[in-house]
Amino acid sequence: MRRLFVLAGLAAVPLAVLGVFFLLPISGMLAEGLWADGTFDPGAVLEVLARPRVQRVIWFTVWSSVLATACAVLLGVPAAHLLHRRRFRGRAALRALLLVPFVLPTVVVGVAFRELIGEAGPLGFLGFDGSAGAIVAGLVFFNVAVVIRAVGAAWESLDTRPAEAAASLGASPAHVFRTVTLPALRPAIVSAASVVFLFCATAFGVVLTLGGLRYSSVETEIYLLTTNLLDLQAAAALSIVQLLAITALLVVTTRLRSVPDPTLARSVARHPRVSRGDWPGLLATSVVVVLVGLPIAALVTGSLQVGDHWSLENYRALTTEGSRQALLVPVTQALVTSLRTAVDATWMSLSLGLLIAVIVSRRSRTRAERRARGLLDGLFMLPLGVSAVTLGFGFLITLDEPPLDFRDSLLLVPIAQALVALPLVVRTLAPVLGGIDDRQRQAAASLGAGPLRTFVTVDLPVMWKPLLAAAGFAFAVSLGEFGATSFLARDDNPTMPIVIFHLIGHPGAMNYGMALAASVVLAATTAVVMLLVERLRVPSVGAF
Amino acid sequence: MRSVRVCVPLVALALAATACSTIGESSGSEEPEDGATPTEVVLVTHESFVLPKKLVKQFEEESGFDLEVRAAGDAGVLTNKLVLTQDNPLGDVAFGVDNTFASRALAEGVFAPYDATLPEGAEQYLLPGDGEDGEARALTPVDNASVCVNVDDTWFAEQDLAAPTSLDDLVDPAYEGLFVTPGAATSSPGMAFLLATIGAYGEDGWQDYWSELMDNDTLLTDGWSDAYQVDFTQGGGKGDRPIVLSYDSSPAFTIADDGTSTTSALLDTCFRQVEYAGVLEGAANPAGAEALVDFLLSPDVQAALPESMYVFPVDASVELPAEWAEFAEQPTEPITVDPEAIAEGRDDWLRDWSDITSR
Repeated sequence: MRRLFVLAGLAAVPLAVLGVFFLLPISGMLAEGLWADGTFDPGAVLEVLARPRVQRVIWFTVWSSVLATACAVLLGVPAAHLLHRRRFRGRAALRALLLVPFVLPTVVVGVAFRELIGEAGPLGFLGFDGSAGAIVAGLVFFNVAVVIRAVGAAWESLDTRPAEAAASLGASPAHVFRTVTLPALRPAIVSAASVVFLFCATAFGVVLTLGGLRYSSVETEIYLLTTNLLDLQAAAALSIVQLLAITALLVVTTRLRSVPDPTLARSVARHPRVSRGDWPGLLATSVVVVLVGLPIAALVTGSLQVGDHWSLENYRALTTEGSRQALLVPVTQALVTSLRTAVDATWMSLSLGLLIAVIVSRRSRTRAERRARGLLDGLFMLPLGVSAVTLGFGFLITLDEPPLDFRDSLLLVPIAQALVALPLVVRTLAPVLGGIDDRQRQAAASLGAGPLRTFVTVDLPVMWKPLLAAAGFAFAVSLGEFGATSFLARDDNPTMPIVIFHLIGHPGAMNYGMALAASVVLAATTAVVMLLVERLRVPSVGAF
Repeated sequence: MRSVRVCVPLVALALAATACSTIGESSGSEEPEDGATPTEVVLVTHESFVLPKKLVKQFEEESGFDLEVRAAGDAGVLTNKLVLTQDNPLGDVAFGVDNTFASRALAEGVFAPYDATLPEGAEQYLLPGDGEDGEARALTPVDNASVCVNVDDTWFAEQDLAAPTSLDDLVDPAYEGLFVTPGAATSSPGMAFLLATIGAYGEDGWQDYWSELMDNDTLLTDGWSDAYQVDFTQGGGKGDRPIVLSYDSSPAFTIADDGTSTTSALLDTCFRQVEYAGVLEGAANPAGAEALVDFLLSPDVQAALPESMYVFPVDASVELPAEWAEFAEQPTEPITVDPEAIAEGRDDWLRDWSDITSR
């Protein structure tokens, strides 16, 4: 019983945050739909689901997300091996580069992709524009970094000795991977895949831009129903479908993630150099680099051109307010706002995420305790699977009265971004925490260490790298977040994606060039921050 | 010792975090006590709203109120936000509800009556149905921009082909595969173009027109920026379609080195979007709200509209920027659809449109 109370105590803060900033707004919007005209009418909601268009939308969302997730995992796992277990020059830079798509505003990526695959683009002959294939490629572009980083973080410190033992007993590399490495990585892979699936299923801009309007997903449909038609009943129906689907997904992944013995021996051995046996990793990494690199290259080239000649003019213009004062603040100032907001979002999601990861990864003694931990685990994944526009409108109608009068709060943007990043943080930390042998903590405790000291000496050394990875994720998510931010942002301090969206949405060659240049600056900033974060060395890790 | 060393970077990070955080900055919006005189006006608007700082200061000095701008979302998001929060409004005054969404807001009673004195020539932009039948007027027109088909004149000159001039021309096989437009479901200019076709061909005729348009290999994109910047031959990228849906003001932004515009707007294909301002029902500071509506109609703001928001003023006496005066021609008789009919038909029209275009 006491353990359950401790559990409840630890969970209180994250639960309160989630309750106020997620559950309350979402219920508010669902209620608007279910109680249309003041009467409870769930039948009308069910009728919405019978519409052929709605069924087509749901089906498309499911298959495109499954396909994109599968591709991201198939490419991401071998690439994670190369990028996190092999030593070569430029590794850190490459890792940082692959995270860049994560922060690029979708509207810019859409433009960059379409410059390549559109009718007039260099890859236009493929006829890819507006096809489902383009959507899947776009989704993989955005999400493969999640797999690489989450799996890589778990793989990096994986003890190599069991695999070596298996190999010395005559197992082929494939056999070793299947029987030794893969089971050890399974929690991380399943975690990453479930997050990627949720990202894909709720992707918004990619589907719109690359789908050429022939395809709609549940997310784009909810947006249309809510913002354009004000058909809250239908929007509520689709939101309920989203919630049910996430719940089902969580049940399945919890099963898949649980392994008989999650405890792993960890070692931080010096990684070997790249050898011929690494061809799967090399191949996957090359594909990923091409997929990520081409649109980024298109973006950089575009940003360096004014008319038909090369110029840095677009970059110089970033310190101004646009050629016709179309912007209230220079882009450079928006970058500062973005960075400051990202710092807030990062510490918020890291502190909440760490608490949650600790809670869900500790071993349970009773069935009730395990249930409670499982439920909490799932609850914090929900923000990923629910439409940003539903949440945004929910904020406005539920957080408008004291003591919860947050509608105009400057904190709303970082909080919303932190909620989006939270599942990523938890998913990066929890598998590693779960892999720590509880006996180490018991040993520390029996030697007289308090809970904090135990955490610092046992958990933290192993956690350090995944914590950095998680911080990087949260930071990147915040820098690039557009949906919720555009809904909440205040005019006097716009973030970079908002400014870029503003620039690209107006005619004039200068505005277009500045939008591309600003995107490159945002991407470069992210890459630099990622590199710096990775460079932070912790002396005790090597000694552990 | 080891744990100390672990803590150093953590503390450093924490320090960095507090130095860079946005927390602690005052938002500058102190809620006035009940009964006290309000000191600020809160303007709720869409993300395209830009008012030069100089003018904000001017308003604050003239009216004595601080101006707080909350800009987010597009016109549709803005309207629905106002509808959903009408019991506890987001501010005192709203700007940016346009004639395609206005009747929804009026029907829901979002706006309080305010009969602002209109500048010269602004009468024609009043929302049909608003303030008629002896009721007080609620919405004040502030700016307008027409959505028109634009053509790349240099491209047509090079190809020795006459540029199209009407909606009918767009389904002519001579122009097959040359037109790109944002879709009606996802873009506000796209919706305006659908309304133009509904106004031109009638509520029963536009479906056939769109079928022919799609048969003529029209390209649909999700938003204006994709159509104009990526696919249009005179956009920011290197597109290959010389006919695009854009605005009547767009030719003012494609001026070549020789001082002439490379594009022109087809004035028989236009649907006019008018943006309105209105005092919100239940506003905490109705006097400030009315002052702001008046200010938006003042010559200074009207003159700043083209450069800051890419729209035409409603005040006919205001002087336009030089490029605008020369190259941005407004349609004299834009295609119209009754706002009430839009409110009623939007849902069905969009559904039919989606079916036709995704076939």
